[in-house]
Amino acid sequence: MTLLEIADLKVAFPGPSGPVNAVNGVSLGVDPRQTLAILGESGSGKSVTAQAVMGILDVPPATVTGSVRLHGRELLTLGRKQRDRISGEEIGMVFQDAMAALNPVFTVGHQIAEVLRVRRGMSRSDARRRAIELVDRVRIPAAKDRIREYPHQFSGGMRQRIMIALAISLEPDLLIADEPTTALDVTVQAQVMELLAEIQRDSGMGLLLITHDLGVVAEVADDVAVMYAGRIVERGTVEQIFAGPAHPYTEGLLASMPRVDRRDEQLYAIPGAPPNPARLPTGCPFHLRCPRATDECLASRPPLRVLPANRASACHHHEEVLGATQR
Amino acid sequence: MPPSDDVVLRVENLTRHFPVKGRIPFLSGGVVKAVDGVSFDLRRGETLGVVGESGCGKSTLARMLVGLEQPTSGAVRFGSAVVHRARGRELRALRRRIQIVLQDPYTSLNPRRTIREILLQPFEIHPDVLDRRRRIERIKELLDLVGLDPSLHLNRYPHQFSGGQRQRIGIARALALNPDVIVCDEPVSALDVSVQAQVVNLLERLQEELGVAYVFIAHDLSVVRHISDRVAVMYLGKLVETGPEIDLYESPRHPYTRALLSAVPVPDPAGRRQRQRILLAGDPPSPVDPPSGCRFRTRCWQATDTCATAEPPLAAGQHPVACHYPLAA
Repeated sequence: MTLLEIADLKVAFPGPSGPVNAVNGVSLGVDPRQTLAILGESGSGKSVTAQAVMGILDVPPATVTGSVRLHGRELLTLGRKQRDRISGEEIGMVFQDAMAALNPVFTVGHQIAEVLRVRRGMSRSDARRRAIELVDRVRIPAAKDRIREYPHQFSGGMRQRIMIALAISLEPDLLIADEPTTALDVTVQAQVMELLAEIQRDSGMGLLLITHDLGVVAEVADDVAVMYAGRIVERGTVEQIFAGPAHPYTEGLLASMPRVDRRDEQLYAIPGAPPNPARLPTGCPFHLRCPRATDECLASRPPLRVLPANRASACHHHEEVLGATQR
Repeated sequence: MPPSDDVVLRVENLTRHFPVKGRIPFLSGGVVKAVDGVSFDLRRGETLGVVGESGCGKSTLARMLVGLEQPTSGAVRFGSAVVHRARGRELRALRRRIQIVLQDPYTSLNPRRTIREILLQPFEIHPDVLDRRRRIERIKELLDLVGLDPSLHLNRYPHQFSGGQRQRIGIARALALNPDVIVCDEPVSALDVSVQAQVVNLLERLQEELGVAYVFIAHDLSVVRHISDRVAVMYLGKLVETGPEIDLYESPRHPYTRALLSAVPVPDPAGRRQRQRILLAGDPPSPVDPPSGCRFRTRCWQATDTCATAEPPLAAGQHPVACHYPLAA
């Protein structure tokens, strides 16, 4: 059975002139052991999608509709208490900014042990022992001493590890990581991604990775969903997406990224900027920036169509794009 | 314009130490050696990329190059002038020649001024550059040059622009007085991926058209490779390796450079299983109390006793490296 199944998810925030849809009909699934990356720029709705799954969209008050199922059980219709229990125990979360996610006035050991005592009913000493194991698991040297320290006493990379230790403390089936390495230096980013991959291998959990970084996606993802203006515009395996994208937005992103392993003469630049979700253009939301746009793109919004080889693209001209990008 | 050999900016042994102050006595009294003996030449019309991780001193270096920060010792020479010793007329003339583009396009433009006022300001500070009547015409040219529409954008305020457009305005402002050097401190790292390429391409086109030299400071090694003619790698306040882009990226000689390059994710899933990655242990050490000898030795896999006692110098030459055991090129 699919671990996580999202169907037609919509998230609307109240705006000055009516509700604004930050997420507009997203469907996707994550299997155990699978890493699904949601790739998108700021305002694409990728983080809001993750937050809707986690059930942390209370402030500002969002209207969430559609379906989010974990192990087949619908989460959106559950009461607050049950929802919190499930998201707490079965979904682990890692955020971009560990300093904001950890409590500055408690030691990291206390914060990890507290989770174990409340959720698992462990005794103080058992919880402490387990906290040391977890901190050791995320490869922090001298775990026994370091659990007595406060978040500010750790470096950025180490804090990110603490957050991972906290996220896996209840052995969740699904880990949601929202830009987990964006604030880190490249050498530390490599360490943290390696650690996440290793934990996933050992535990068999599913990983939903939210990122804007094409390089990170290529390194760790099995499958990719590309989001633009609140919708998935392309979906496929990481090999499919990188070898021959089927949507002009993905095509543009790949061509606009400079590479460390070679030097291109000129980068392709996608014109314009991502649209404001409150003022989306008619038709295809990408048509104003798209070199392949025709009258059809202005007139009607292309649905996400399933193509051969179980990939999908929301473009009227997907065949043309595929023809041009596949080598 | 191909990079020529005449040096436009010469940086000599530049050092900036910050005293550590605080209310906690035992933590006070030390110094942070943010920049510690950095030397390089910038040639007319070329781009020198400076890469390094957070805390390596690259932004302090940027601020010293344009005279926003006073060095503890060392000098930045522009022609016959020394940036930090210049006063009065000489200093004003220097400021015209060396400009800066900052990282955050949201805080580097005054929110209460229109684009017209922001772009006229350089001419108000340097009134002898251009006759008052020709200034509007010039700022329209500037906007056109950076890809904005003068008829549409001149009377708007910064908040009415996207991040990419604001960075274009920052670049137009830096170009206003026809500088010889623009220091770009993380100019694209606050921008969305799809917008980054626009700004990178713009900087490249402007260099071709105007022959301005860039010091391009960034943590993104891919962007730096794309835009730079030569690259300098910084670690804890020091340059550890410099060289032409192709040499440095294809055959890095400092272990740190090699590790840094191997850590950059490559958007090529097909190759990810074959790639050899050097995983460095830990984080960069604190610049308050850097390791003795070679500052990289605590994270280096080939460090010996020599590295702990003797500091490897960065020699002169085409592709110098500050390492006792440089890797085979």
